Amino acid sequence: MKPAPFAYVAPRSLPEALALMARHGDEGKALAGGQSLLPVLNFRLSQPAVLVDLNGVRELELLAPGDGVLHDGLRMGLRMGALTRHRQLERDPIVAKHAPLLAEAAHHIAHPQIRNRGTVGGSLAHADPKAELPALAVTLRARLKLQRQGSERWLDAGEFYTGLFSTALEADELLTEIVWPATPLGAGWAFEEAARRHGDYAQVGVAAVVGVDDGGRCSAARLVFLAVGECPTVAAAADALVGEVPDETAIAAAAEAAAREIEPRSDVHASADFKRHLASVLGKRALRRAFARAGGEHG
Amino acid sequence: MADPLTREPATTVTVTTRVNGAEQTHTVEARLLLSDFLRHELGLTGTHVGCEHGVCGACTVLLDGVPVRSCLLLAAQVEGHEVTTVEALAPGPENLHPLQQAFWDSHALQCGFCTPGILLTLVAFLKENPRPSEDEVRFALSGNLCRCTGYQHIVDAVLLAAQRAATQAGGEVAPR
Repeated sequence: MKPAPFAYVAPRSLPEALALMARHGDEGKALAGGQSLLPVLNFRLSQPAVLVDLNGVRELELLAPGDGVLHDGLRMGLRMGALTRHRQLERDPIVAKHAPLLAEAAHHIAHPQIRNRGTVGGSLAHADPKAELPALAVTLRARLKLQRQGSERWLDAGEFYTGLFSTALEADELLTEIVWPATPLGAGWAFEEAARRHGDYAQVGVAAVVGVDDGGRCSAARLVFLAVGECPTVAAAADALVGEVPDETAIAAAAEAAAREIEPRSDVHASADFKRHLASVLGKRALRRAFARAGGEHG
Repeated sequence: MADPLTREPATTVTVTTRVNGAEQTHTVEARLLLSDFLRHELGLTGTHVGCEHGVCGACTVLLDGVPVRSCLLLAAQVEGHEVTTVEALAPGPENLHPLQQAFWDSHALQCGFCTPGILLTLVAFLKENPRPSEDEVRFALSGNLCRCTGYQHIVDAVLLAAQRAATQAGGEVAPR
């Protein structure tokens, strides 16, 4: 298995990369970590004429706490260049401090060899329904900066995903930066995933972020599944927790309702029924751990 | 009209890289994988090619000291970087790397196809975590497939290598 022939170019700056995308975007592909694109090329599932290798574009390496308020009032937590590697999510204390859900989920993203190379921007743009990062971006309401030569726009992660391996990204655009809103003070979070071998693609995964008010009642709950549909799947059933005391009964009811709501498909590894079962079990675990963390010292 | 500051895409590239300490400059097809560059251009056939889509780990090498899949990198991408393959671990058969010696002593390989990738994965792992628990070793091995050993003797070998290194360093060796 070898890639079909292509022309390769490695820009050294963002303006040069955007100029190359403007010229070659229709027939070409942007190459970031390559941990999804190279398998696709090796299998010849895709045969782009031009590869624009972004690894030398220093402007895409940003990783810093954010400062400011986003358009819907959420506080900025972490600014992240598209070339941030999965390994940094796992290890950089800035990520653990400002986006702890990402740090917790990172070790589920493939294996160490892949995490050393794979990038956040690449994973988000590849839009694999079984990948962790798109679901995490939807859970945390990440803002994505899409740039083309001469212009830029920002999209919420929820608007970015349009279908199976499909996003709002146009052929001449690059996803250049991701802004992760801060985890609100007192919020709890958790990530759970089941895979046949640790690091393999998830059979089902789920992220939870919850809030608890001073009276001990749930003030917000968000539960997002991966690998159960074409895009990250937000479970509406989590809304029923708001106003409730998040005890075992309420958590179980919400997770079981969420598992009934999703529509996973059977594959060679797991039937749809089994995936629903996993969704219910993992949903309970995630909610339990998230509520246990809520109201703590972090923020 | 092309902007003079913008490079032109090309189907062949000239790559200068340092492999096992020696600088190499080769002109190759842009689509050449790093794994094939090492094997076919440089004759370093210790790097094995298994699945060619990043699942098996047989082709693991070190890029600037950290383990990566050489089948998921283009040779063009290692321009200016440093690559380490299994050939660099031992100066000769009589003088194995401590981890290789532990593999030998623990019978940690049968057919040996996965071994180079596993060695490089674990050399980097032991550098970061010189006294790992069995669970940590198994976790570190999760990205490398072995179809012969059932992993038990590989885990034994890593723990043996760690124990020997600790003994040599004069540290107290607590059983784990």
